[in-house]
Amino acid sequence: MEFLRPRSLAEAVETAHRYPDAVPIAGGTDVMVDMNFGRRRPPALLDLTRVPELAGWETADGLLRVGAGVTYATLITELGGLLPGLAMASRTVGSPQIRNRGTLGGNLGSASPAGDTLPVLLASGAVVQTASARGSRQIPAADFCTGVKQNALRPGELIAAVLLRPAPGPQQFCKVGTRNAMVIAVASFAVELDPARRRVGTGIGSAAPTPRRAPAAEEFLAGVLAGRGLWERPAELANAELDSADLDRFGELAAAAAAPIDDVRGTAAYRTHALAVMARRALRWAWHDYIDGYGG
Amino acid sequence: MRVSCTVNGERLVADDVWAGESLLYVLRERLGLPGSKNACEQGECGSCTVVMDGVTVCACLVAAGQAQDRDIQTVEGLAATGAIEGAGLHGPGQGAGLHPVQQAFVEAGAVQCGFCTPGLIVQAASLLRAVPEPSDAEIREALAGNLCRCTGYEKILDAVRLAAARQAGQARRPGRDAGQGPR
Repeated sequence: MEFLRPRSLAEAVETAHRYPDAVPIAGGTDVMVDMNFGRRRPPALLDLTRVPELAGWETADGLLRVGAGVTYATLITELGGLLPGLAMASRTVGSPQIRNRGTLGGNLGSASPAGDTLPVLLASGAVVQTASARGSRQIPAADFCTGVKQNALRPGELIAAVLLRPAPGPQQFCKVGTRNAMVIAVASFAVELDPARRRVGTGIGSAAPTPRRAPAAEEFLAGVLAGRGLWERPAELANAELDSADLDRFGELAAAAAAPIDDVRGTAAYRTHALAVMARRALRWAWHDYIDGYGG
Repeated sequence: MRVSCTVNGERLVADDVWAGESLLYVLRERLGLPGSKNACEQGECGSCTVVMDGVTVCACLVAAGQAQDRDIQTVEGLAATGAIEGAGLHGPGQGAGLHPVQQAFVEAGAVQCGFCTPGLIVQAASLLRAVPEPSDAEIREALAGNLCRCTGYEKILDAVRLAAARQAGQARRPGRDAGQGPR
């Protein structure tokens, strides 16, 4: 087995082209588990931790470019203001030790249905930027995962960055696990409200072969808010609370978008129930954020 | 391959390293530093916690080659870095050159079988460097990735509180905290 250590993105791309079977490794929180347990013996490991282009984040033309090598810890400490949903999801990942190493690009690369940041990326309409010898591609996060632990990357193609707008409005994230720390999600849910575009974004985790949106729930809520005139200045409205029936319906539609299975972490029935509860709860939190901070 | 890195302030070299092995294996089996413990090998237990370039990581999840030229601190090197002036070491272990967090673990009875202890001490010392006076919630959050199957954690929390209090120059008399139950 070879250990490949590119020092720039150009060198990483060239190396990945020459070694299409090499396994990219960043934080190692998935790859090294497979190595330690003898589940994977690739011909080479492609270490991306010394590629400076992957390590940071920047804003350009109103868009954030978050390098694939940005860790959960950095998402929490540096991007909590611009990307609160992503920071919330990152706080639920593993332990401090794991958050110091695990990366946003790694979460995408592993393409687990339970990847904590993925529902948030879907809810906010993020785009995955790749790099390869054949050039760069932009893949909507919603299309990036193609099956359980399968993604849209071609051989020799690397995840370079995630492109997304700074939060256009309130974002919330909910996750259910067997305890509060160190758990893989049994089910998770992300929601974003975008008042300027009159758009609602959603993302469901751990309740289908891939993370997925809940389009019917998004359209329903956007319609409710438009119908009641709630997108405009909700803080000035006398009765800006969402109706309980509308919250329930949003939860039902979110749960209906899932395709959960029974597995060691939970049953399909539990996941469906939990999703309805989480969607309702996350929306209520987001709505109160909107009334408190975004509406004036 | 050859891997060289700084471990506890000393430049060390390991030869014949397999590309797929972990930093933990290099430390324990090639560099003679068995303080970091090998248990779950999947980042769940925290017993292999070391500091790499200033942040704590699970050494079992760092590929050996990723440690090249990095700065590593293990539990073996902790005492040399952690002398806190006026920390007032006393009680069992006095004079043994312990880091204040190690001393607090001894005094609070936070060690039973001892297997998880090195990881917990490295993680707790890292917490106290970043947050000198942590709340209980901050302590629990910081130690969430370090499993202990013996103590039930209460004595460990006591030890971290004790070390924090001493660090803040509020050292109380020895024995008082160690004997107290959960707060």
